[in-house]
Amino acid sequence: MVKLVYFAWVRERIGKGEEELELPPEVKTAGDLIAHLATLGEEYENALQFPKAIRVAINQEHVEHDEPIAGAREIGLFPPMTGG
Amino acid sequence: MTPLTVRVQSEDFDLSGESRTLTEGRADVGAVVSFVGLCRDEAGSLSALELEHYPGMAEAEIRRIGETAISRFGLLGLTAIHRHGKIAPGEQIVLVIATAPHRQAAFDGANFMMDYLKTSAPFWKKEHRKDGSSGDWVSAKDADDRARDRWMD
Repeated sequence: MVKLVYFAWVRERIGKGEEELELPPEVKTAGDLIAHLATLGEEYENALQFPKAIRVAINQEHVEHDEPIAGAREIGLFPPMTGG
Repeated sequence: MTPLTVRVQSEDFDLSGESRTLTEGRADVGAVVSFVGLCRDEAGSLSALELEHYPGMAEAEIRRIGETAISRFGLLGLTAIHRHGKIAPGEQIVLVIATAPHRQAAFDGANFMMDYLKTSAPFWKKEHRKDGSSGDWVSAKDADDRARDRWMD
């Protein structure tokens, strides 16, 4: 089980801020995770239809989409940041 | 140890008090550069910006950027405060203060800090309109990415 957390319009479109999921073994990278989630229903598909617009953090640190997710406790998915 | 203060909070902050904390009792600080970012309303239709953040990661990421800034520019102190929640036009959103022996390091340190904070710290702005409608999420700007990228060489 891995904890997934969502922010901003990713959170709004999926309709929840966090969840725990069991991932199939073929989901090996952050990019695989985005592609897998997009198959879980219309709301996920709507949130994740443009994977390049999705930023990923593993255990609260930014990673690229080719980063392996093995051993991750928490994975965050969110749009490009607009703070400051 | 160079003092690095990072806070993510809903309350407002006080520039002069935070600045004093970095300089009081020190004779080695020759330059203090501060930046305050405000909520602005260009179209006259904004009632507030709502700032969402990733609790835990927001502090950790600002701290990572701050540690890089301190070692890269030889800063003597650095304070970064970022607010979350609903913020009305004219209110303060973000504070960065960098201290150094000389001005160039302090200017560069504060500038670097803001460029990375805008593109890497996990915060997102949503608009709330005066007519009561919920507006859009603010889009990330390519210009902010370019401002960050000029530090990469």
